[in-house]
Amino acid sequence: MDPLMRRAIITGLLGGAAVIHLGLIGMIDAFQSRDTIADVLTLGALLPILIALLIGWRSGGPMRAPHIIPTGRRAVTLGALGGGTTGLVITALALFTTTVDVRWILSNASPSLAEELWYGQGAALGSVLVIVVSATAGAAGAALHVIPGTIARALTVGGITAILVALMEPFVVAVLRNIGLRILEDLFYAQGGLTLIGFLLVFAITAAGTYAWAIRGRETRQRVAAMPPDRRRTGKLVVYFVLAAFLLLLPQIVGSRLSEVVGTVGLYILLGLGLNIVVGFAGLLDLGYVAFFAVGAYTTAVLTSAASPAFAPELPFFGALPFVIVAAMLIGLMVGTPVLRLRGDYLAIVTLGFGEIARILFLSAWAQPLVGGAQGILSVPPPIPFGRDPQSIYYPILFFCILAAVAAKSLASSRVGRAWNAMREDESVAEATGINTVTYKLLAFGLGAAFGCISGALFATKIGTVFPVSFDLLVSINALALIILGGMGNIAGVIVGALVLVGLPELLREFSEFRLLIYGVVLVAMMLLRPEGLLPSRSRRAELHEREDTEEQYAETTGEETGRPVVSS
Amino acid sequence: MPVRRSRLNLLNLFLWVFGGSILALAAFGALLTIQQGRLSGDQWQTLIIAGIALGSVYALIALGYTLVYGILFMINFAHGEVFMWGAFTAYFAATALSDAGMMASNPILAFLLVLATAMLVSMLVAVMLERIAYRPLRGAPRLVPLITAIGASLVLQYTARGFYGSGVRAYPDFTLFDGSIELGPVEMTVKQFVVIASAITIMVLLYLFINNTRTGRAMRAVSEDKDVAAMMGINVDRIIVTTFAIGGLLAGAAGILYTLLFNQVHFFMGFLPGIKAFTAAVLGGIGNVIGAALGGLALGILESLGPNLLLTGYGIPAPNQLKDVIAFSVLVLVLIFRPAGFLGRKDNV
Repeated sequence: MDPLMRRAIITGLLGGAAVIHLGLIGMIDAFQSRDTIADVLTLGALLPILIALLIGWRSGGPMRAPHIIPTGRRAVTLGALGGGTTGLVITALALFTTTVDVRWILSNASPSLAEELWYGQGAALGSVLVIVVSATAGAAGAALHVIPGTIARALTVGGITAILVALMEPFVVAVLRNIGLRILEDLFYAQGGLTLIGFLLVFAITAAGTYAWAIRGRETRQRVAAMPPDRRRTGKLVVYFVLAAFLLLLPQIVGSRLSEVVGTVGLYILLGLGLNIVVGFAGLLDLGYVAFFAVGAYTTAVLTSAASPAFAPELPFFGALPFVIVAAMLIGLMVGTPVLRLRGDYLAIVTLGFGEIARILFLSAWAQPLVGGAQGILSVPPPIPFGRDPQSIYYPILFFCILAAVAAKSLASSRVGRAWNAMREDESVAEATGINTVTYKLLAFGLGAAFGCISGALFATKIGTVFPVSFDLLVSINALALIILGGMGNIAGVIVGALVLVGLPELLREFSEFRLLIYGVVLVAMMLLRPEGLLPSRSRRAELHEREDTEEQYAETTGEETGRPVVSS
Repeated sequence: MPVRRSRLNLLNLFLWVFGGSILALAAFGALLTIQQGRLSGDQWQTLIIAGIALGSVYALIALGYTLVYGILFMINFAHGEVFMWGAFTAYFAATALSDAGMMASNPILAFLLVLATAMLVSMLVAVMLERIAYRPLRGAPRLVPLITAIGASLVLQYTARGFYGSGVRAYPDFTLFDGSIELGPVEMTVKQFVVIASAITIMVLLYLFINNTRTGRAMRAVSEDKDVAAMMGINVDRIIVTTFAIGGLLAGAAGILYTLLFNQVHFFMGFLPGIKAFTAAVLGGIGNVIGAALGGLALGILESLGPNLLLTGYGIPAPNQLKDVIAFSVLVLVLIFRPAGFLGRKDNV
């Protein structure tokens, strides 16, 4: 058989398997209640179509071995074949769920799933429709290879943005209402998703914008680069000022409910920044990071709460904070020392063990007199000058996030950060160049612990109670997933990761049920496809640019070209 | 470099003091408990038998870790989930057979059928795991496959949750295995006997397979040196898949045996047994087959006896809440004192 066709069919079958998986875990059914385009397309119906599109894109693309690049009509036909195969599998799944009742095993394999897969059109019409739609989507996916690259990119960006904007409905609507722009809301949003006009508008605007940027962007960038340095500095200042004003006003803009979400995202940014020091900078995969979060929360609760079973004097939050940090750093050293000589994967499991030990100890009857056992500790006061409502608690979180980001950034470029870097790349070589790996590993654990415990302390004051159930392994996994999605070792990456992996599921009720499944897929997919993360660390590029900049400055001041150094150091 | 050596010695000293004091505390606790005589000899015996039964399940899972580690030098973090899928399959197979009446009419065949289905499905899951999550990453930096493994573990867990629901399901009863039997002076429940006997049979079969078959020899060759093995005409990829498949079969068997002991299945049930079996594999010396079996038994007994033996002496309330702490502490202690385990090769750690 023709290898291209074989590939198209196999890819199509894989796509079908993906749809079967999504269907049987109940995701298609759960997403049925969220519209992408109101009254036209639900997210549940969109999922199989997107998968068919992706399958078509893969089927119509270039092939590596044997090396063949399908072109023009052939590529589109292959895409249609791939998408159509997926459609056939979907039909088979729908038919299966209507004829055989296996609901005692697979609770979601119900006739209602078939109805959803058939777009509610019944078996005959629905089957034809599914196959046709999937094949068309596949052809469209393959067509992205055929049309010029800039246009394909513009269409992709437009499509993804439109879907995301539709998904963000609860968020955007709340913001629009809060700042009094109901007109926009009525134009773009209907209950649960974008209106058709809104969807097309968003799509057209972003696609056109992307296209324009692709054509004219280079020019603009050059113009900015050509601006005199003092004007560039003013520009930067304006950007920073706008950013600062935005961050300060954020709770007022988004309203109370969303401030709650923003606060949670902030706590995870803190956790991510701390874990990033341990994992991203120093390369020590710590799976028990939740232990520091827990220690931070419990120490704060014990020291500040009037209801804590032990330790009577109630310190104010900022009075307790130094003790909390010292406690967590000590725990960090305690966890760090026994694992100093362990290699990466062992270290991961031992730290996982430490995390579990911490949780079990906090839960146990033995430690109850100190930390309250399963009853936890109640009435943890808010940090003094602020109330506990989400809009006020946002500010201490923001403060510590900025502090942590600045600290992490300066650490990364300091001598310590470079030592960590060397240690991460090759421990033996690092040691041979005179880096004391023991000290630097302990330093990473200690500082990571400090960041984690501040997050825990804020968490305790934010919700006002501390229960052992809040501190299971999933917190560690969550923090790990977000730094891996964003890009290990990079601060902007942590923020993006937290927004996507913590913010989105908090906003979308339908997602939260599949949150951990999505984390798992993110971890696997990122490692397979893009191990450096969405926003990879720019340190290397920055270093290169630094040299270019100094050379430029030198050329400007002296008016002569720099000669390349003969011996590079 | 004398300076460096002294620093390392200081670290070693600290670790030995740290580990030594934990061991001393444990020994003192045991002494106190025995002195107070809270439990009778029979009770101790019951605990030990329960520990051996649990330990033989750990041993089966631990073998999967050790086999994969011996060949790929990676920790298959998702192995506990393979075990969980075996347990779920066993649950559905047992329910189906019980509804069909076979459990009553032909219980031994029913048990073997359930065992076979569970092992088969676990094997498929393990092979798929290797193909999708690990094979594309062979040769990547160490942390990369570990992170994929964590991801795969989440996917397997929450797929099971989505497929089968999040509730705890009670296992149908194998009436055949009710009651208890006496072996000389030792009394145990039939279930415990079945678990121990099945586990021993499977482990003996595995041992024979590894030592006496062509594939077994190839596996040993690949674990010695992949490149040389490939030069000798061994298909390394196939051997790796075989290793995952065997690990899956063992985990599937462990799945049904574990549910025989505890009578329930749940989507999160793979996590703790997985970690503990890993501890068992490390205890015996990871990469070493016999070590994994013995490590499993040792850990099972320790977990069953530990809380009562080591902690009650200090008057700690509800010591059984802390049994997982004991397992994890064992892991930490082993890695401090004998990172290569008791039977392992030094170069593995």
